Amino acid sequence: MKAFTYERARTPAEAAAAVARTPGAKFIAGGTNLLDLMKLQIETPRHLIDVNGLKLDEIEKTPDGGLRIGALVRNTDLAADARVRNDYAVLSRALLAGASGQLRNKATTAGNLLQRTRCPYFYDTAQPCNKRQPGSGCSAIGGVSRQLAVIGSSDACIATHPSDMAVAMRVLDAKVETVRADGQARRIPIADFHRLPGTTPHIETALMPGELITAVTLPKPVGGFHTYRKVRDRASYAFALVSVAAIVQRDGRGRAAFGGVAHRPWRVEAAEAAMPGGAKALADQVFAGAKPTHENAFKLTLAERTLAGALAEARA
Amino acid sequence: MKFDTPAATNPIDQLKVVGQPADRIEGPLKATGTAPYAYERHDAAPNAAYGYVVVSTIARGRIRSLDASRARRAPGVLAVITAETAGPLDKGQYNTVRLLGGPEIQHYHQALGVVVAETWEQARAAAALVQVQYQEAPGRYDLAKLKNAAAVAPPGFGGPPDTARGDFDGAFASAPVKLDATYSTPGHAHAMMEPHATVAAWNGDQLTVWTSNQMIDWSRGDLAKTLKIPKEKVRLVSPFIGGGFGGKLWVRAEAVLAALGAKAVNRPVKVALTRPVMFNNTTHRPATIQRVRIGATPDGKITAIGHESWQADQEGGSSDPHVNQTRLLYAGANRMTRTRLAKGDLPEANAMRAPGEASGMMALEIAMDEMAEKLGLDPVDFRIRNDTQVDPEKPHRPFSQRQFVQCLRQGADHFGWSARNPRPGQTRDGRWLVGLGVAAAFRGAPVQTSAARVRLEAGGLLVVETDMTDIGTGSYTIIAQTAAETMGVPLHHVRVRLGDSDFPVSAGSGGQWGAASSTSGVYAACMKLREQVAGKFGFDPGQTAFQDGQVRSGGKAFPLAQAAGLVAEDAIEFGKLGEQQELSTFGAHFVEAAVDPYTAEIRVRRMLSVCAAGRILNPKSARSQVIGAMVMGVGAALMEDLVVDKRRGFFVNHDLAGYEVPVHADIPHQEVIFLDEVDPAASPLKAKGVGELGICGAAAAVANAVYNATGVRVRDYPVTLDKLLAGMPQVA
Amino acid sequence: MTARVSFEVNGQRRDLELDTRTSLLDALREHLKLTGTKKGCDHGQCGACTVIVDGRRINSCLTLAVMHEGAKVTTIEGLGTPEAMHPMQAAFVKHDGYQCGYCTPGQVCSAVAVLEEIRAGVPSHVTPDLGDRPKVTAEELRERMSGNICRCGAYSNIVDAMTEVAGSRA
Repeated sequence: MKAFTYERARTPAEAAAAVARTPGAKFIAGGTNLLDLMKLQIETPRHLIDVNGLKLDEIEKTPDGGLRIGALVRNTDLAADARVRNDYAVLSRALLAGASGQLRNKATTAGNLLQRTRCPYFYDTAQPCNKRQPGSGCSAIGGVSRQLAVIGSSDACIATHPSDMAVAMRVLDAKVETVRADGQARRIPIADFHRLPGTTPHIETALMPGELITAVTLPKPVGGFHTYRKVRDRASYAFALVSVAAIVQRDGRGRAAFGGVAHRPWRVEAAEAAMPGGAKALADQVFAGAKPTHENAFKLTLAERTLAGALAEARA
Repeated sequence: MKFDTPAATNPIDQLKVVGQPADRIEGPLKATGTAPYAYERHDAAPNAAYGYVVVSTIARGRIRSLDASRARRAPGVLAVITAETAGPLDKGQYNTVRLLGGPEIQHYHQALGVVVAETWEQARAAAALVQVQYQEAPGRYDLAKLKNAAAVAPPGFGGPPDTARGDFDGAFASAPVKLDATYSTPGHAHAMMEPHATVAAWNGDQLTVWTSNQMIDWSRGDLAKTLKIPKEKVRLVSPFIGGGFGGKLWVRAEAVLAALGAKAVNRPVKVALTRPVMFNNTTHRPATIQRVRIGATPDGKITAIGHESWQADQEGGSSDPHVNQTRLLYAGANRMTRTRLAKGDLPEANAMRAPGEASGMMALEIAMDEMAEKLGLDPVDFRIRNDTQVDPEKPHRPFSQRQFVQCLRQGADHFGWSARNPRPGQTRDGRWLVGLGVAAAFRGAPVQTSAARVRLEAGGLLVVETDMTDIGTGSYTIIAQTAAETMGVPLHHVRVRLGDSDFPVSAGSGGQWGAASSTSGVYAACMKLREQVAGKFGFDPGQTAFQDGQVRSGGKAFPLAQAAGLVAEDAIEFGKLGEQQELSTFGAHFVEAAVDPYTAEIRVRRMLSVCAAGRILNPKSARSQVIGAMVMGVGAALMEDLVVDKRRGFFVNHDLAGYEVPVHADIPHQEVIFLDEVDPAASPLKAKGVGELGICGAAAAVANAVYNATGVRVRDYPVTLDKLLAGMPQVA
Repeated sequence: MTARVSFEVNGQRRDLELDTRTSLLDALREHLKLTGTKKGCDHGQCGACTVIVDGRRINSCLTLAVMHEGAKVTTIEGLGTPEAMHPMQAAFVKHDGYQCGYCTPGQVCSAVAVLEEIRAGVPSHVTPDLGDRPKVTAEELRERMSGNICRCGAYSNIVDAMTEVAGSRA
């Protein structure tokens, strides 16, 4: 870990100003991913701005009947919130499927969105990785790829986004509220928040340098049956091979987003009209154009079957 | 004390203390975080500087240049030591690969040096400044490709590489029912929770290391040999070990580098391996390819059984004896085994919990399940039909004890085995597909010379000292129980001091020999002390009873405490009983598994192990050994897999997120039944080990349960959902 | 680069000047010499470093010491001593909820916090209905304890120990 200076910010504006002022500065909140990566020198901030004091830890109703979740709301608190459990159960379920109790107690809403990939080659600094070191190449292509992306990948990167929460946020049409270093606030639809790797896999989100997430908003509840199915090799404390966040209405219509398959939560709204026709009908469209490796082609079958299980649960 | 005739009735048979489920005597220290592990010796080695290990980032080749100048100038740095500056080093007798690499690189993450600094943070940051340029060389990383070039394995601890009896080829060819199947097991990591760690301090030419090591005397010798100093100049202290499983049988790089660092900076230095380098820097259980052939008559009598195994290791490495159990477990007049070892360039393969049988049983016991199905026999019944009470290769050699059939029968009864549907894929519980699986457990009962010293202190306290280690096995407690029983004192009057090379040399912890050997050494020392005590009181030792803190003979009695000050030391030396008879431990594993019909996720629902392993010295800690081994078996069955990048020659999933081991949620309530058994041929305590028995066969029982649940036979471990999906039921 | 931080550890105020890079775990183990908290992986992948901060269990390896100004930290040493063990520690001894002992402090801290979490109604991945209060079942305990790896495999005994403690308090 490289040496860094440290300061505590008290307001979002102060934090934004601090990051603009200091080259190589980064925000730190829960720290559960950032410190992990700093220990390996995958992240090497020269200055850390501790945003834990920003009082962005409230969950409140929005005027349009939705929910505004402060950026610093811990995963545990978000999952346990009665409004989330009642109206956005898919989000509770996704959060509870992720990490461990200890990590959820620390990890924040914003930090969860900003998690970086768990691709083993990204984590091994001796190996070329375009995401870690642009232009160095992708070791995962032709390498060990069982965990990695089957769709939306590029010749530069086949990493996946590891978050469970983000998959639920995607199916809920969340919006990410931010404040930029210049003080400008904006709202980014979750669909536009995470990027595909393309030729620039090191650029993972729509955030500008120094832009701070202040909240995530959820539109008013859509009802329906909510489920989050996470499939992994061990029963807990592991990243998804495949996950499905689904909201199914009584008439069989609904929405579904998939985790563990792409560089961002994977949802194809246009395909959702096929949901009443069953998992295969939907999955065929969602995964049209998939380019799995020989090691992870099973994820396509698994995604469809996981969705089938979710739909069966919804019908039951 | 020589042990060359079967044990007669002796003080242990009182079973007032031995055989009781005593809580671990060191338990409160562990539960309160006050047991000192290697890296935590602020008490013994204050003001230690911190070392951080620099590792190779290629798998094979040479260092073209190594520039540590920036690291040396970094804040807080006290020294940087590499092969170039370390002075001449030898290689330990038990190490295959040199612990400090350079200029030649032998494997990925081989240690290249250590950066010593005032703080851990400084050492870590400076280590990243060491610039190394390499000349990479091609390496051999794919066992499937190396298999054909594999040579006859050198004879190792596991017996001859080739064995044969009768006419295997002829008998197999003519067998009415036969199975010829090939299985593979991946590399496994010990992944003990405490990383390899050492604090080293020099006092003149005398080196002390507080380290985490299973084998004090081996490692004292090997550390001395590596550093080219006399063994007497090294003291090795390892009273608490945060897990080993074979990974800490040896000196590893951090101990050598701590010693070199401490010498260089003239103060104590502590070094721990970081988790992400442990997987490639240290040893692992080798991957295998195994072919099992079984021929039988239609009524299920095995007429031919053959087991061949292939593995790879670095030049000079040895092989795990994966075929061992196949030489002994089932009858059959015509048999053969072969062990082949190829040269490869992955990190050093070496022992991990039950080296040989753990992997061998993963293959053999699926094969037995497959064969039973071909024969239309229940797999419990098929195993019982092929029981043998003699060594099948040498029928004049009986087993000293062999309750294998009883294990199977009692287990089947207890587990509700009769409810199993022999047709796979037919049983549902709600959504879940459910299946039952069985496998044998088998492991030898090796013993080693083991010494101890016992001292009576004022107040009647009995102090036992031996360099035996407790790696979670319960050594502290069973040694205390042994001493308490032999000397006739309550357990809480015994203090046990372990893991210090200043103490008499013990068997150490490995190969399931620790419990039987070390307690025998303590027994020997106690028996010598009894003679001294009897002599002090003028008693005939043969006519003296030691009970309730009293020494009684011929109507006279003295408190044992009156003999305070007496010290006795002795060793147990085992004779040839183990050659005349086969000493083994047996068991049977039963598993219920459920499989999600949509996703093929596997959940183990119930586990039972029935064990027959001689006298159980402490049923509480022995049970823990068995359930822990069963957990590791679940890991081997369902998830553990050191995944090789065959281009670059390293284990890719080199951390505890990537290398998955079972978590709480993977493990159901587990049951263990120990059959009543005493084995007078095994040791004076009539005991054998159980620490490795529990893993042998456990993975196969899980795999067989998954097969029974799904009808999908997976022969390449781990049994993961991707291998089942194609055979799962249609879903809408 | 250093920074000052003050927090309370096991009821005692501690003032430290630390390299900013110092994790809470290393502050405890190396600076305060409270070595009961263990370093198993240093990357949030094992749970051996679990401590309770302001009433919540966290991985002390994945947080900086300087981020805990004013915090109340409870480590394994703060729960009990060999002579006066916390009920959870005593239950671990009784049920042999350990073997090598290295993950044990983290398991114990987690176990204590898990029972509080269930009592507070925090749901888990296996809570059948998010609308109900979670119960102390073996399945709940296993899921909630899954962030604490025990390579020795004492899981079954740990659940027994926790169940006993939960039962005695109910």
